[in-house]
Amino acid sequence: MAHDYTGAKKIALKTIIILAVVTVVEVLVALTGKGYIIEGLHAPKLIMNTVMIGMSLYKAYLIVFEFMHMKYEAKGLMLSVMLPVCLLIWAIIAFLYEGDAWKGNRQTVQERSKVEVSK
Amino acid sequence: MATDTLDKKHTDHDSTANASWDGAEYPFKVGYGKLMIWYFLLSDAFTFAGFLIAYGTLRFSMPSWPVPDYVFSTFPFLEGHHPLLFVTLMTFVLLFSSFTMIRAVQEGHRENRRGVAIWMGLTIIGGLGFLGCQAWEWTTLIGKEHMSVTTNPFGTHTESGIYLDAEGKESSEVFAAGTTYLLHKATFGGEHAAAADHTEETAAHGEEAAHADAAGHGGHAYKAPGDYPDAVVDERGYIHRKYIVSDGEHAGRTKSESFGPKAFGALFFFITGFHGFHVFSGVVFLLIILINVLSGIYVARRNGNEMVEKIGLYWHFVDLVWVFVFLVFYLL
Repeated sequence: MAHDYTGAKKIALKTIIILAVVTVVEVLVALTGKGYIIEGLHAPKLIMNTVMIGMSLYKAYLIVFEFMHMKYEAKGLMLSVMLPVCLLIWAIIAFLYEGDAWKGNRQTVQERSKVEVSK
Repeated sequence: MATDTLDKKHTDHDSTANASWDGAEYPFKVGYGKLMIWYFLLSDAFTFAGFLIAYGTLRFSMPSWPVPDYVFSTFPFLEGHHPLLFVTLMTFVLLFSSFTMIRAVQEGHRENRRGVAIWMGLTIIGGLGFLGCQAWEWTTLIGKEHMSVTTNPFGTHTESGIYLDAEGKESSEVFAAGTTYLLHKATFGGEHAAAADHTEETAAHGEEAAHADAAGHGGHAYKAPGDYPDAVVDERGYIHRKYIVSDGEHAGRTKSESFGPKAFGALFFFITGFHGFHVFSGVVFLLIILINVLSGIYVARRNGNEMVEKIGLYWHFVDLVWVFVFLVFYLL
């Protein structure tokens, strides 16, 4: 074991507290940004989403590396699991880009049918 | 054997390099089962990622999407809007069960059978609590708000406007572009309303009372599908309220609310359902392993309760997936 029993217990407690706090902050950011908590305040979507995605990734890191013990495993095991996950980065970019293009297409189709009707 | 030739090749320059594959120690310093559960979880992560990316793609392709803090704003026994409150509670239940799970694993390393059993028991309670919350959430969405896999009554305005009142004139209710609405359902026809005239009024009002936010058309009972001054009621009873557009190129026109993006219901039920199914099977596995722990079978193995560690990995993974489901469905 990389650390003793009492040490592990402490780390687990610390990790769960951080996870809980980050979750509460995430929800508060989501609600504040949309004007639920402070009247009339609306944060730009881009900033809000970046903050929330960042915090979720931090939560994921804590769960995988502390709770699932990845930090204390052999480096080869860590890389063999983490490297394939990196493929998702491109998947996300490519698919969301394509989704956005569909929206453009839909608008074009609507505009075209409008032109045909007015003729 | 093939390994013999490999061994000879390598022993020339590095005699320790092959030690891992001689059976003297574990490659990656973990047991076979634990390594394989990691690779199973990796493949499962791709499955969930595929679902969530599909959600993102469809959401990006739509001009509007239901705003989550409007859709998920109900709370048991409480009236009115409580955006994201219930789902935060669900997240906490799952996080708590993740903590009790890691405590069970730690007690397992100490070969403390009683400790493992207690913490695993608490984890099972947490898992069941989460499933209970999800059951309530689904019941509300399906039963009260009439969302289904193919029907999404949660739409979002793409332009600002003013709702019409019962006489078909502009009411005081104004909305801005980007506001999400719910198409309420009128209760008519079928078994009860058609049978007795006097019950139909109460039936319609009962439905309205369930949605205290739907001020403005509470006094109106729609008796049959058709075109009313303030709304269009379709064949299935969904009430599409009418409004006058107040900005954009359609300003001044009268329109009625339409259904939201059709895929929303299917995506929501399939993704949270797939996650809920993981939680459910996790609870079943936890129960089986708890019984084994109590029977003393893992004590005999003397491997620090590795089986508890494996189910622990699975359980934390379920929590990990929830972090992302929570992010894309409820926060963004």
